[in-house]
Amino acid sequence: MSTVDYTRELSVLEGKHALRELDDLIAKPLEIKPDKKFYIALAIALSMTGLLVLGLALTFYYGIGMWGNNIPVGWAFDIVNFVFWVGIGHAGTLISAILFLFRQKWRTGIARFAEGMTVFAVMTAGLFPLIHVGRPWLAGYLFPYPNQHSVWVNFTSPLLWDVFAVSTYLTVSLIFWYVGLIPDLAILRERTNHKIKKVIYSTFSLGWRFSNRHWQHYEMVYLILAGFATPLVLSVHTIVSFDFAVSVIPGWHTTIFPPYFVAGAVFSGFAMVQNVLIIVRKIFNYEQIITVDTLEKMNKIMLLTGSMVGYAYAMEFFISWYSGVEAERFVFLNRALGPYAWAYWIMVTCNVVSPQLFWFKKIRRTIPVMFVIAIFVNIGMWFERFVIIVTSLSRDFLPSSWAYYKPTLVDGMILIGSFGFFFTWILLFTKALPVVSMAEVKAVVDGAQPTHKDH
Amino acid sequence: MSEKILYSYTGIFDTPDEVTHAAEEAVKQGYTKYDVNTPYPLHGMNKAMNLPPSKLGYVALIFGLSGALGGLLSLWWVSAIDYPLVIGGKPFFSFPAYIPVIFEVTVLSAAIATVLAMLFFFFKLPNNAHPLHATDYMKKVSVDKYGIVIQADDPKFDEASVRKFLERVHAKEINAVYWVEEEITHKHKIFEPKFLTFLLVVVIITSGTTYFSLNKLMFMLPFNWMMEQQKQNPQQKSLVFADGFGMRKPVEGTIARGFLPYEFQGQPDLAGEKLINPIPISKESLQLGQTKYDIYCSPCHGYQGEGDSRLRGQFPNPPSLHSEKVRTWSDGRIFAVLTDGQNIMPSYSTQLTVDERWTVINYVRALQRALNAKESDLQ
Ligand code: HEC
Repeated sequence: MSTVDYTRELSVLEGKHALRELDDLIAKPLEIKPDKKFYIALAIALSMTGLLVLGLALTFYYGIGMWGNNIPVGWAFDIVNFVFWVGIGHAGTLISAILFLFRQKWRTGIARFAEGMTVFAVMTAGLFPLIHVGRPWLAGYLFPYPNQHSVWVNFTSPLLWDVFAVSTYLTVSLIFWYVGLIPDLAILRERTNHKIKKVIYSTFSLGWRFSNRHWQHYEMVYLILAGFATPLVLSVHTIVSFDFAVSVIPGWHTTIFPPYFVAGAVFSGFAMVQNVLIIVRKIFNYEQIITVDTLEKMNKIMLLTGSMVGYAYAMEFFISWYSGVEAERFVFLNRALGPYAWAYWIMVTCNVVSPQLFWFKKIRRTIPVMFVIAIFVNIGMWFERFVIIVTSLSRDFLPSSWAYYKPTLVDGMILIGSFGFFFTWILLFTKALPVVSMAEVKAVVDGAQPTHKDH
Repeated sequence: MSEKILYSYTGIFDTPDEVTHAAEEAVKQGYTKYDVNTPYPLHGMNKAMNLPPSKLGYVALIFGLSGALGGLLSLWWVSAIDYPLVIGGKPFFSFPAYIPVIFEVTVLSAAIATVLAMLFFFFKLPNNAHPLHATDYMKKVSVDKYGIVIQADDPKFDEASVRKFLERVHAKEINAVYWVEEEITHKHKIFEPKFLTFLLVVVIITSGTTYFSLNKLMFMLPFNWMMEQQKQNPQQKSLVFADGFGMRKPVEGTIARGFLPYEFQGQPDLAGEKLINPIPISKESLQLGQTKYDIYCSPCHGYQGEGDSRLRGQFPNPPSLHSEKVRTWSDGRIFAVLTDGQNIMPSYSTQLTVDERWTVINYVRALQRALNAKESDLQ
């Protein structure tokens, strides 16, 4: 039975690697011309983005009335998509910051990619608060600056906290990402003979010299950034949940929201990262860098966070009954049995039932199965936000103002388009920058560190 | 060859253990201007090189704290001093609600400051004119080799002994690295015509787009502040009503709220006889009268009613309100002037309500009395 020696750390990469080989493997997509498959993928992503552009043009020209939003459902797809994409963005920082603090070496193979996904997901998410105001070119007013009206923003509003949280998160994620990229850009600078590429890499690597006098500070900064990013990532979805929890709408006004939202964000983020990574490792032959072990660990995190989300669903029900507040009781029964019951049960099946399959080691390590489960998780998490936002609004305190919400074609275009926008960035990223951190991966190869035999 | 200035000697190692050992030896040898280059950070190297702990933590601490304090102070100033607004019945300075924003500002300022400090002050980057760049040495240590550099400006530097030292620690490929001409005579390129033209183009493009978006774009659909809306505007043709008029007459027989018919149209003397001022003289009513008088009457009659306003000479001179005539007029007679107008003085019945007209008259009386006080007023 116990043939595994737990005192020794397992190696992160499969097989034995010469460091130079790793560089070659990781830098390869940047050095060859993109093939047909890439162009097909890009064409699809760009067409989807075209839908987004069209949907937004219609929205801006004719106004928000192009959407299905009504009174009382004033928030619908716009905010559902926002919360969904911000949630996706949480896996990146979790992997690069929290797992870094916990010294989880397996993160090295996937950290760069996940961080990139964070940046792109938050960019996609950022679209929605802007467009849902209908006049996004006036969004400058969201920031407190001394203006001609001499009024300030409302600092006690969760929506304003959101502006701060999301923009800080985007900035810090970008910084984190860029700091990690500097040594890799320097590697590429030394590799390339192409004149223009050399200029670009030299500019962005800032003339990094791999000096240990620099590495020392660099590691310190990485630690500091990880230390700051950890509470930051927790704060972001907490504040997103405040958008709901601070209001008085039944079904929103609960204290369980912050932890429940953060767990859900990590859950959906890991599902998305896992999905995309499975494709990436296949296309670029990174099977030995992004190993099945790594994927299995991600599945375990999904199992954990998925169970937390399931617990939260159950707890919400219990508390609504236990509180004795009639409106609360009604809202939760209405979720499960009311006009949106279909959405609720999609959510429960995808989020609570499907990740439980990860208890089986076989399933955790079978790539096609976990891929499908992760897709279900993404669908379920989208529906979770839909259920929370739409069911609560469509039937709140006053039965005379109840209404059923139906999305329009433009809503659908914008939703599909947001995926196109996200994947366009991902595709360009895979061709423009190393999707695995070369410096970090090399540091965890067997034998890459001193043995300290003379100490 | 001999003109070249020596930068350093470099040695290359195959394993991390060897380079760690070499670094320890370099410390023992007393070199201070030396460095180790490795493709990734090596555990234990800081100890081997005897480097003091990084001070960047202090940068993060200082900037984080200033961010927190700055955030707190500006929130307090904005919401309790500069523009106090009651929101949700909370105090002006409601600290708990500020925590999220203060936290974000703290993280943001600490993260940005630490990274900028590291790159620009600790590392003195960007620097692409370093002699080690584009050398064989750099090509190797960036990938899979470990190298040590002993710089020529080290006080203990001496070509022969450094060479010997590197051999003693079993360095492979011991090489000298020289400054490249360009790196020494490196000049800033900001005054080159190319760069200046680039700047000019940037200036033209940014100012052009700014002008366009602020002065033109903002008045085009859909950016034009919702000017164009699907609604009925005054004077517009209506698509709803058969007669095509957008503006509708009130239903026959409708009377506006507070409307009282004025019976003495064109009969000022009769009005003077019949009308009685219903507004008692009080501090409030006089104050209201003063406000209204200053707004509506003073432009012509002057603040004191002497007919000496700034309009004097540009308009048929308005008469003084202190004339014998006006002083002996009854309140109702003056009311008739305000309501109907008199010759070129327009009617004020649309600007002033009936009550307001009476308060103005009371105030005019007060002005009159002030200029022509009676003996009894002195007591
Ligand atoms: C546009 C300038 C103008 C304004 C404003 C104006 N008046 Fe006159 N007012 C005149 C002129 C001019 C006359 C003289 C009319 C005439 O030729 O009989 C006059 C006449 C009068 C008279 C009659 C005086 C007389 O000797 O016949 C009274 C009383 C009077 N104004 C009161 C007021 C009061 C009270 C107001 C404020 C509600 C007011 N006026 C506002 C221009 C003005």
